Amino acid sequence: MVAVKRVVLDVLKPHSPDIHALARTVAEQGAGWRVRITVDEVDEKTESVVVTVEGDDVVLDRVVEAIGSLGGSVHSIDEVEVDGSGV
Amino acid sequence: MQLLRDIGFLLHLTRGQRIARRYFVTNGFDGALTMLGLVMGFHVSGPVPPDVALGACVGTAIALGVSGLTSAYVSESAERRRALDELQAAMMADLGDSAHGRAARLVPILIALVNGAAPVLLSLVIISPLWLAALNVELPLDPIAATIGLAFVVLFLLGVFIGMVSRTFWLWAGLRTLLVAAGTALLIFLLGV
Repeated sequence: MVAVKRVVLDVLKPHSPDIHALARTVAEQGAGWRVRITVDEVDEKTESVVVTVEGDDVVLDRVVEAIGSLGGSVHSIDEVEVDGSGV
Repeated sequence: MQLLRDIGFLLHLTRGQRIARRYFVTNGFDGALTMLGLVMGFHVSGPVPPDVALGACVGTAIALGVSGLTSAYVSESAERRRALDELQAAMMADLGDSAHGRAARLVPILIALVNGAAPVLLSLVIISPLWLAALNVELPLDPIAATIGLAFVVLFLLGVFIGMVSRTFWLWAGLRTLLVAAGTALLIFLLGV
């Protein structure tokens, strides 16, 4: 089985909710997912953040949906790590 | 439980708790002081049967509640709509289905409910001696005098609540609202309306 182990996303989000709430919401989408968010740039109403999600089987659609539900939008997928050793 | 968590999150997202608390105090104070004014008017203008005073007070409380409900909804929904539009412009995206969109629709309703309920609930507490008198329950005090006393107590407690919110000395905050109540009562008494 091919499984996504890691994705790095460039995300634009409103200031609220903060990155703590965003990280929690994304992490809740999959068992054992680890989420790291770093703030890249802060504007008047928005901020650009880099969201890194790691896990045994990261489902990108769920990550994007969770970010969207909190008002964020994914600008680009900057990095993907896939494990195909099970094929 | 999930619904309460969602509501809590949306209020947190928009800082709605602070706004609701402010509305509760402002309109609750309005309601309590209006009841005090009404009952002081009855007291000064001569003996009024408790059921007549009760009818007037309930009518006024309902009017205050409807006024609070509608005015808060109209102003808050306009504010939320504007804030959402500005955020959408900054994000260059439609946020209608996001938490921000849901908050823009739900938070004005919650704030309107608080703003409408505050004067009604406080008024109902204040006029409880009139209810009891209308139900022929024996009171140790004249119902109008008891209602005036209860209005002072409620206004004092509202001041204490304000003091707790602003983290100032609760007794001083309570005495301040009590002073406003006393000033209002004195003014009505002196004018003999």
